[in-house]
Amino acid sequence: MSDITNQSLNQIIKRIKTKEISSTELTKAYIKNIESAKKLNAFVTTTFDHALDKAKQFDNKPNFDQLLPGIPLAVKDLFCTENFKTTAGSNILNNFIPSYESTVTKNLWDNGSFLLGKLNCDEFAMGSSNETSYFGNVINPVGDQLVPGGSSGGSSSALAADLTPATIGTDTGGSIRQPASFTGTVGLKPTYGLCSRWGIVAFASSLDQAGPMTKDITDCAIMLEAMSGFDEKDSTSINKKKENYSKNLKDNIKGLKIGIPKEYRVDNMPKEIDELWEKGKKILKDLGAELIDISLPHTKYALPTYYIVAPAEASSNLARYDGVRYGYRSEKGKDLIEMYENTRSEGFGDEVKRRILIGTYVLSSGYYDAYYLKAQKVRQLIKKDFDDSFTKVDAILTPSTPSSAFKIGEKTNDPVSMYLNDIFTVPTNLAGLPALSLPAGLDKQGLPLGLQLIGKALDEQKILNIGYAFEKNCGFKNEIKKWWS
Amino acid sequence: MVVMKSEKFDYFINGDKGKYEVIIGLEVHAQVLSNSKLFSGSPTKFGAEPNEHVSLIDSAFPGMLPVINEECVKQAVRTGLGLNAKINNYSVFDRKNYFYADLPQGYQISQYKNPIVGEGKVLLDMPYGSKEVGIERLHLEQDAGKSIHDMDPSNTYVDLNRSGIALMEIVSKPDLRSPDEVNAYIKKLRTIMRYLGTCDGNMQEGSLRADVNVSVRKVGDKEFGTRCEIKNVNSIKFMQMAIEYEASRQVELLENGKEIDQETRLFDTKKNETRSMRSKEDAHDYRYFPDPDLLPLKLDQKLVDDLKKSLPELPDKKKERFVKDYGLNAYEANVLVSEKEISDYYEEVAKLSDKKLAATWMMGDLFAMLNDKGLNISNSPISAKDFAELVQAIKSGEISGRIAKEVFEIMIESGDNPKKIIETKGLKQQSDPKELEKMINEILATNKDKVDQYKSGKEKLFGFFVGQVMKSSGGKANPQLTNEILKKLLKG
Repeated sequence: MSDITNQSLNQIIKRIKTKEISSTELTKAYIKNIESAKKLNAFVTTTFDHALDKAKQFDNKPNFDQLLPGIPLAVKDLFCTENFKTTAGSNILNNFIPSYESTVTKNLWDNGSFLLGKLNCDEFAMGSSNETSYFGNVINPVGDQLVPGGSSGGSSSALAADLTPATIGTDTGGSIRQPASFTGTVGLKPTYGLCSRWGIVAFASSLDQAGPMTKDITDCAIMLEAMSGFDEKDSTSINKKKENYSKNLKDNIKGLKIGIPKEYRVDNMPKEIDELWEKGKKILKDLGAELIDISLPHTKYALPTYYIVAPAEASSNLARYDGVRYGYRSEKGKDLIEMYENTRSEGFGDEVKRRILIGTYVLSSGYYDAYYLKAQKVRQLIKKDFDDSFTKVDAILTPSTPSSAFKIGEKTNDPVSMYLNDIFTVPTNLAGLPALSLPAGLDKQGLPLGLQLIGKALDEQKILNIGYAFEKNCGFKNEIKKWWS
Repeated sequence: MVVMKSEKFDYFINGDKGKYEVIIGLEVHAQVLSNSKLFSGSPTKFGAEPNEHVSLIDSAFPGMLPVINEECVKQAVRTGLGLNAKINNYSVFDRKNYFYADLPQGYQISQYKNPIVGEGKVLLDMPYGSKEVGIERLHLEQDAGKSIHDMDPSNTYVDLNRSGIALMEIVSKPDLRSPDEVNAYIKKLRTIMRYLGTCDGNMQEGSLRADVNVSVRKVGDKEFGTRCEIKNVNSIKFMQMAIEYEASRQVELLENGKEIDQETRLFDTKKNETRSMRSKEDAHDYRYFPDPDLLPLKLDQKLVDDLKKSLPELPDKKKERFVKDYGLNAYEANVLVSEKEISDYYEEVAKLSDKKLAATWMMGDLFAMLNDKGLNISNSPISAKDFAELVQAIKSGEISGRIAKEVFEIMIESGDNPKKIIETKGLKQQSDPKELEKMINEILATNKDKVDQYKSGKEKLFGFFVGQVMKSSGGKANPQLTNEILKKLLKG
């Protein structure tokens, strides 16, 4: 039998359903892969015993009607998992074992899957290269010197290296889509409010959204269907009927109008990205879609706006990590204030501290109006740009990132250049819109590049359909040699 | 107790350089009466073991999110309506960021720029007449936990039972001018909220606390002086003491040509003085911003209208009705509406007996007895029905006022109803004119000398005859009838 683990989730599900393979065999195959892939540093915690237990339970009493029957899944270590350590990639939570399960992971388990392990990520999801994790950087299976993207770098790496059949990440400014793009995989950031935030370690509450990371569009539809849904425990959750994304997947996109925003052609963008974009346009056009030039005039303000809003919320969200009730507490300090100072100095890494400082600054009295309030106004304008465009088009096509995966250490001393990596992804977080990154080609070094499809709010089905048609006609194949094992 | 309505306002501080008036504004923190906390399902009951009523949300575990408790919102709206205030159909929850061990989130969820309730007003009955106090706003916020410093010599313990409980912060305009007005204001707020059932007003349990803003200015000045805020005072008495101390301190500074620093002060109840806690420069920068975990609170006008329709009769209205329908004077009405339970008791008594006489007897003997025994009206040993019976017995002339006091005492001791007591003890008033006339004739016959003296002009002796009648009737002779008959017979 060929290696089951390099197949897509939907193929694996078929084999489980036809009893070609048992859940236990499947789980063992992934455990074997994971054990031989320690070099990648994709996992913070593995839960093999739990996974094998669950697999056995499934095999004893299989329910093939579920969306994810007997499927082991590793998830980003930002999702709280009951009785399993949840670190958010931070020293300050390195001993934290939740007594509760995040809604999104619970939804996955309720659909027949179970936890295989917790995946490395940038500390509190702050980063674009997975280099800010307390547990060390993650390596991109595409090349041993390359970052896997971030913040869901453990997720993208594990997925591309066949260490999990599919996974989930969170995306605050591109943390699903950029790593997907860097590893030649599919990543979807759903509409804000489609997936519950309850039980996900918060970074920036108004931007955070969990989403699937998969090998193909069909898998993406299955995972989204399994993880999404209204949750009364999250006040920002959208109360709507659940959709059958996988069942409704269609590859006919004839007549759909695809917007091409001129503002996404940025200075110094590698020629290859531009060529990739052209290729994408051609594929869609050949499939019968109509390309329409549009303008999103406030795009250039998105990154600065994001780097005000996200740190502002983060500075407040991370105040709870004070050493008083859970997590890391410094033993040093003679009073409460010193305990706080030492706990937070020792518990947080540099990037987190940088963002807490920025966030504290922009919310300070005297600066609030100039920064935070203004950013909120610009955010509305960015949203309005999209609203206006979506009166004319069904979806928008852009590159996912301005470059392919960069080298480890290349940008660690230059935060601004690191932040610029999110330039194409942050506008949709600010606008709350769904966006899909799909693998579209390779650059001349052979590194994967992605294109991004942005949809109207709650129009996931449409961008999945476009992605589905694109995927069938793009001819992209992720050829990753397992150099690490 | 007699209150002279003609009394004039007279709370000023006299200095060498002039006469000062005291300007006071209050920020009252009233705990919302609700079964669960503002953003979590934890119970709010007082008196639990430490950290017994704490959920993952209250203790700010990673990934926990607040969900607004609708009942708390309704309670705030009801209170706003009770304060004749504008209800804001759009309000926003903000985060007030600061670090403290008993503030698990590292921020308090409060309302900053867009409170749920806007301007309103409260009427106070002062000896010098009615006084209106403006309400600036009312907003909802979370309470913090409690740090316990005295359980261990080197550690501080934290109890999060209060963490996340809903508070209403009611901010008055700087309209108060004396400790008495503060007393009346707090009591009035408390009464209104207790009528509404939105806050139990229990100051001992911390359900009602206040920050007191005090400044002074020379009488006639238009500008306010620099104010100091006295934090977290938890009894009316302490508020009054703190104000008196603080106002004198400020006047003294001004008299000595010094400036008042705008600062936050603490009231030391042992030393009876206020002490600087932090200056304006050291004031926290709370970095307020809208809580992204919560959507703006949008109230349906229908909900507000429905709540308005379902409000109980409030003290001001009830007082008006007591004056108009029951013929009480303003003072009586005021006292009888001061607690909803008192007014309920009164109304029950008034339904079954003479309304005016019921008021007099309630405010006299009943209140004195409750006060004596440390009871309140809800656990009065005398039911409203029995009390009404007693009042009616007086009114009908069945017993005299003097006998009534005797009956009242027996009612407390035995729990019997007045009818039974009057009958078994034979306390019924003698009101049969024929019998009384017969008795009086006998008395006059045995005191012929006194009758002669009376007739020859010594009219003072009338009292002597009344006394004899009372003595011989065991106090049961109807006094009015006795007088009439005596006069008639002595004339003859």
